[in-house]
Amino acid sequence: MTGESVSSPLPFVAVLVPLAAAAAAPVLGRWPNAREAASIAAALATFGFVAALLPGASDGKAATVSLLELSPGIEVALRADAAGMLFALLASFLWVLAAVYSIGYMRGLEERKQTRFYAAFALSVGAALGVAFAANLLTFVLFYELLTLFTYPLVVHRETPEAVRAGRKYLAYTLTGGLALIGATAWLAMLGVDASFQAGGFLGEQRWWTDGQLWALFFLLAGGVGVKAAVMPLHSWLPAAMVAPTPVSALLHAVAVVKAGVFGMVRVLIFVFGADLLRDMGAWQVIAAASGATLILASFLALRHDNLKRRLAYSTISHLSYIVLGVALLGPLALTGALLHMVGHGVTKITLFFCAGAIHVRTHRDQVSGMAGIGRQMPVTMGAFALAALSMAGIPPFILFTSKWYLGWGAAEVGQQAFLIVYMASGVLSAAYLFPIVIRAFAARSPDFPPFGEADARMVAPIAVVALLGLAWGIAPDLPFGFFELASSVAADAFPSSAPAAEAAP
Amino acid sequence: MEQLPILIPLPLLAASLVVPLAGLWAPRAVFPISVAAVALSAAMSALALAEVVAGGEALRYTLGGWAPPIGIEYVVDHVAAFVTAVITGVALLVVVAARRAAAREAAGRRGLFYALVLLLLAGLTGMVVTGDLFNVFVFMEISSLAAYALVFRGGRAGMLAAYRYLILGTVGGSFYLLGVAFLYFTTGTLNMTDMARLLGEAEPNISVAAGAAFIFAGLGMKMALVPLHLWLPDAYTFAPSSVNSLIAPIMTKVGAYVMVRMFISVFPEGYLADEVPVSQALIALGLAGSVYGAYAAMGQRDLRRMLAYSSVSQLGLLAVGIGIATPLGLAAALLHVMNHALMKGALFLTAMSMRMGAGVSDVRMLAGLGRRMPATSAVFAVGAVAMVGIPPTAGFFSKWYLSIAAIDEGLWFVLAVVLASSLLSAVYLFRVIERLYLAPAPAIAGGADDAPNAAAPAQDAPARESPLDVTLPMALLALATIVLGVLNVVVMERVLEPGL
Amino acid sequence: MEEVAARFPFWMIGALLGVGVWGMLGKRSLVKKLIGLNIFQSAIILFFIIGSMHEGATVPILWHGQHNPNAEDFVNPLPHVLMLTAIVVSVAVTAVALAFMVRLHREFGDLDEERILDELRR
Repeated sequence: MTGESVSSPLPFVAVLVPLAAAAAAPVLGRWPNAREAASIAAALATFGFVAALLPGASDGKAATVSLLELSPGIEVALRADAAGMLFALLASFLWVLAAVYSIGYMRGLEERKQTRFYAAFALSVGAALGVAFAANLLTFVLFYELLTLFTYPLVVHRETPEAVRAGRKYLAYTLTGGLALIGATAWLAMLGVDASFQAGGFLGEQRWWTDGQLWALFFLLAGGVGVKAAVMPLHSWLPAAMVAPTPVSALLHAVAVVKAGVFGMVRVLIFVFGADLLRDMGAWQVIAAASGATLILASFLALRHDNLKRRLAYSTISHLSYIVLGVALLGPLALTGALLHMVGHGVTKITLFFCAGAIHVRTHRDQVSGMAGIGRQMPVTMGAFALAALSMAGIPPFILFTSKWYLGWGAAEVGQQAFLIVYMASGVLSAAYLFPIVIRAFAARSPDFPPFGEADARMVAPIAVVALLGLAWGIAPDLPFGFFELASSVAADAFPSSAPAAEAAP
Repeated sequence: MEQLPILIPLPLLAASLVVPLAGLWAPRAVFPISVAAVALSAAMSALALAEVVAGGEALRYTLGGWAPPIGIEYVVDHVAAFVTAVITGVALLVVVAARRAAAREAAGRRGLFYALVLLLLAGLTGMVVTGDLFNVFVFMEISSLAAYALVFRGGRAGMLAAYRYLILGTVGGSFYLLGVAFLYFTTGTLNMTDMARLLGEAEPNISVAAGAAFIFAGLGMKMALVPLHLWLPDAYTFAPSSVNSLIAPIMTKVGAYVMVRMFISVFPEGYLADEVPVSQALIALGLAGSVYGAYAAMGQRDLRRMLAYSSVSQLGLLAVGIGIATPLGLAAALLHVMNHALMKGALFLTAMSMRMGAGVSDVRMLAGLGRRMPATSAVFAVGAVAMVGIPPTAGFFSKWYLSIAAIDEGLWFVLAVVLASSLLSAVYLFRVIERLYLAPAPAIAGGADDAPNAAAPAQDAPARESPLDVTLPMALLALATIVLGVLNVVVMERVLEPGL
Repeated sequence: MEEVAARFPFWMIGALLGVGVWGMLGKRSLVKKLIGLNIFQSAIILFFIIGSMHEGATVPILWHGQHNPNAEDFVNPLPHVLMLTAIVVSVAVTAVALAFMVRLHREFGDLDEERILDELRR
């Protein structure tokens, strides 16, 4: 394992707090105010614990905790390294906002079974943090499977036949992916390979692998995480899962779950295989081709969908492939860009989903075609939507411009100008499927619109915060968490030979 | 405590004589006596397990003081202690939980009912602790006869199921006896230790091969290995609820245990793969069974029948582990004996609880029970998740070690089938979870006869959560699947690895 | 031919096993199934007994004054003892099966498997 390790129970505590909060939810279920106060308190506490790990991670002294042996010789170990830190910070920080937003949303719609919702939500965040901090493959698989299990009740929350079908599809895809991971992990465990994640990969050191074995392992692992990363053709659970309540779509299907897949891709490609081995095998081309195709195709599919959440789902699929492609390019700049894009897309896409939810609560409209003129009535919400749309299209000075800049630069750095063009084309497409919504919302007039105002403050406030963060992080990505620093330190660890990524955002 | 091996089945056997009399004179005493006997046996098993793990030596007891090769020897080594601890522990929880159901189903004949339960357990524990091949047969028939009689109490359909079970079960036992005859005439001994020594010295011959084939055919019948499983679905479905939650988790496991015993204590290493293709057959049939069972379970409407086919599937995996026959494969199989006993115990108890509390056992009628029977439904959910094999539940780790053992031997298709079968089990188990928790119940796609009126009555049917003496043992079993999953390394390293 | 004749008892036992299996699987009547089972078990018991025999052997009883008894002179007594137990088991099985049949006949008025199944399906 690269970098120093400091023994500390903090990563475990950070995972445990959401799980404890989930246990508290049924106890407090009778008093909604107490239940939701507990949910916010847990989110804040979790964020606090994760933030406390930050100094160690940025100094290269990752906090590590080993819990118990899960299989002879393999421990459940959590380690807050720089890469995990990026994901954990993002998930725990956005959970605070999503927790506030959920209250407005769930109460606004008078949703049923809110206690189950809050419990499963907290459990899912806990599992996502476990994925972030997992120090070896078995721990990763453990939390990855738990994440599947805990998000299932959220997907089927509405309990309509459509939701149940979506839930089945979701389980079918993600459990299959999980099984592929389990198979690969068992294989590595049998060979006695110490499957602790290691920047630069650990498989490259094992010289006795045959090509066939490596490829089989590659397909099992990359396929396993590729399901949650929604790389085509493994993507179709994600649009289906949009039947979940919007806070779920926002935090889990734009941030925690899918990012767990993308993050898993980082772990698999960079920390298991390593860049050198993937280059030797040529395996990176498989991922790059699949994600490059997904990137473009999903953007076109997004254009076709009138349902706002579905459109956003395809946009998510497209942007996830930005990240996967960035990782697969195997260059320090591309990796920096990919990790930044993971953060940036998280905060941007959650803005868009929050807006979609606010619109749904106020107007019960889900179709883009029904939203003409809505900007006049919900100026803050639609203003935030506009900011996020600009960011998605990669307009400076938003965060996604910064990340895309590095991704494009990284593609050029490794001599893959074709992918640079893909990135640029996709930016145009993002604009094509998001800008019309904004323009019609503000410019068009719709006579049949009943008058209604802005959504509940508990929804509008988080929306405004995430929208402005997308801008703020674009201007200064290091404030206050040092995302850029973390991302470039991961890249420097993974590609020790290359020069460290240039400082200073453009 | 050199008598410890015999002290495991003895309380059960003694109580089975007392209980019918108690049934005549003091029916109220029947249940406490029975539970006390099972608890005592469980305590003895736990003690034996502790002693074996601490001492590292097998406990041996010679019946009547006759020296081993001639007399009957009772041996409790790591594996035997582990298996008796599992079956008596699970049986204790099930017997307690099934009290109300048994009181209803054994109306008026409580003494005889519990006598049969105790005989069943005595036979099963006896099979585990004995070190004599013929003695295994005797205990096997004791437990089987008790099981036939218990299944017979399950109403009109149960009667015929029990009769068929009797015929097939006895054929299984007879095959085993025939196999033992071949081995006996080759070696002249029935003591397992002695036979292992003599078989190791003897040249492999056709007689030993035939013996092995007949023994495994008989045991395959007892553990419901496909295609010898035909008795199981009916017997488990139509048996009284209190009975199937007892026999489903433990009975077939003991058949599997005797198979393991054949591999580790009777036949020389490698003999059952090189001289007789027993290993290969176990792997092939086990894989077929695990897929077939899961496939058949998907089509079942009756919850108990679904769980029965799920047992066929899980026993198939167990057989694969035995067939791989490396220490890791056998350890995986034995770990699965424990895990499956816990999971199936919990699941069959929930089926019992649903039948008692809501009067339903049809999967389509379970809609909304998640709200009205929260504890039962939660236990079912945990048991189902464990069956699917989501880490860190126990079910994951049996599959985990099985996968590692299979890869170790280069059996890639085994890995593929193991993973596929857990996916299939997810299909039929999550279908039930959907029914329990997601109301209104959506129509299952493609089911033409899944008419709304079939699901409708359950919406209004009265359902009451079972009392604490049912839900608590059930919850303990569910909890154990998680705790023993997390702590599986302790079981593997302290108990199973030294024993194999 | 001599080879076959020498193994005559074993052929007989094989035939009995076959008859038993045929009775259990091929017959619809529950009574005949039980008879098949009994024949099957008897064949196994005979197998044990025949295995204990050998040419020129006698009853395994020592009388007073006999010194240096030779194992070759006696029939192996252990299989006989085992078969006593096996017969007890088989009698118990038969008893249970007969008891089942009485109840089945009371319930269905019939002992034909197919007709009972039809009755159950109704």
